[in-house]
Amino acid sequence: MVNHLNLIAWLAALLQTALFVAMAPLFTIWVKRIKCTLQNRLPPPWSQPYRDFRRLFAKEVLLARTASPVFRIAPYIVCGTTIMAASIIPFVWVNIPFAVMADAIVLVGTLALGRFFLALAGMDVGTSFGGMGSSREMTFAALAEPAMLIVVFALAMLSSSTNLSTIIGFVLDQPLALRPSLLFGLLALILVGIVETGRIPVDNPATHLELTMIHEAMILEYTGRHLALMELAAQLKLTIYAVLTANLFLPWGISRSLDAAALGVSFVALTAKLAVLGALLAVGETLVAKMRLFRVPTFLAVAFTLALIGMLSFIMLEGR
Amino acid sequence: MTAYADLPLIEQAIRTFAALILVTSFALLAQSRVVAAIQVFAWQGFLLAALTALVAWNSGLTHLYISAALTLALKALFIPWLLIRQARRLGILRDLDAVIRPGLTLMAAGALVIFCYNVVVPVREFTQVVTRDAIAVSLALVMIALLMLITRRKAITQVVAFMSLENGLFFAAVTATQGMPMVVELGIAFDVLIAAVIFGVFFFHIRDSIESLDVDQLSRLREIND
Repeated sequence: MVNHLNLIAWLAALLQTALFVAMAPLFTIWVKRIKCTLQNRLPPPWSQPYRDFRRLFAKEVLLARTASPVFRIAPYIVCGTTIMAASIIPFVWVNIPFAVMADAIVLVGTLALGRFFLALAGMDVGTSFGGMGSSREMTFAALAEPAMLIVVFALAMLSSSTNLSTIIGFVLDQPLALRPSLLFGLLALILVGIVETGRIPVDNPATHLELTMIHEAMILEYTGRHLALMELAAQLKLTIYAVLTANLFLPWGISRSLDAAALGVSFVALTAKLAVLGALLAVGETLVAKMRLFRVPTFLAVAFTLALIGMLSFIMLEGR
Repeated sequence: MTAYADLPLIEQAIRTFAALILVTSFALLAQSRVVAAIQVFAWQGFLLAALTALVAWNSGLTHLYISAALTLALKALFIPWLLIRQARRLGILRDLDAVIRPGLTLMAAGALVIFCYNVVVPVREFTQVVTRDAIAVSLALVMIALLMLITRRKAITQVVAFMSLENGLFFAAVTATQGMPMVVELGIAFDVLIAAVIFGVFFFHIRDSIESLDVDQLSRLREIND
């Protein structure tokens, strides 16, 4: 058991969060590069997202005349909550001290808080695009959150805890078992992740002016450092869902101590898992066409049903 | 009381297949395109055959292998092929049979699964077979197929629902009592086969008399000459 007042543990947790934030653009560019290669385009260099941030931070911030203080605060809150969410998730080390204070439900809540301010910011300036984006985002969020929570509950029933560190520890301790509940939980989490991070077939992350865009519609009015923070939050969110998928369902390799060698192995294992997940995402996005906006609720109903079947099959088939 | 993770792999695989069959049942309920519904039905038959073979292997009952082979031949290959052929000849292969309120229907199916689980709790207490956990799933398959029967309008998707109901009954027999006597099983298999052929004939009759396969039109009485 880790001593939670241990200064080194806290420092390590902070460093881990910093590493998480630093790796997020790298994960995004990895997905983008694979997509470019698959579609016979020249991929952007690895440093592209970092260069974009430097350029955006140097640029002047332009505000619309109708913008209220909410519009100016929102990027900081959105980015801050997303970084907070990232700090809750075990990245390369399981027993993080944050886990005592924040469990998986807090994680969902933190992301919801960020989304609330993102939607407010979208409507604040009063452009039609922003309002449309916000209304779509909230519609889908209302359907995606229950599915996400049911996945969390299924995992919580399995390990008798909603604490992410405990869940990962439980999966690591178990002998390898073929569990229908985990299988469907994984599928549901992937579907929810696709909706929440605005990837194809729900939203196209590469477009900046399209009638059906969701995320881009909300941040259309942002410039300079505000835009950079919003972009960083989006990239972080994608990485959060990828790390959640990798660490909750395939946790093998993650380190349970602060031993340097174990952390190194854990880092390599996680990088490999993220690389595979990113490649799968890129292949999926290349193969699938974007679906109609009105089909998205059905897509989410499928995610919800899978999560529900996962939980039910835990009770029916694994309960003993 | 043994923990789930300590069960032999084959029993875990049986449970996973049971859950997968439940998923195909949900997929069938939400599938609006005729051809897609038939394909999902074929997958359900395939998974059912695989599960029966696993149960046969686990329990060492050789007659279950014959049931598995019959299921594979009839429900995964022949009946889907027959249905697709008939749909193509009727020109309705790519037609839509819109699901009314897909979200609500799926929720209802989820509620049915919970209901079935509660109903079979006493049955579970009194059986000792390794597959007793899956009895709830088999009842749920029957109930979801019934739900599909009452929410669909086209005759062909209703037939798919009916066949899926039969899948549920077969699944119940395999999991609850390790299969029925061979004579009964053969009899049912041929009944299903004949039913598929007769349904095919009826499709053409229904279309000839009301020029559509939408059975809602059968509920209205009409004079012949209006």
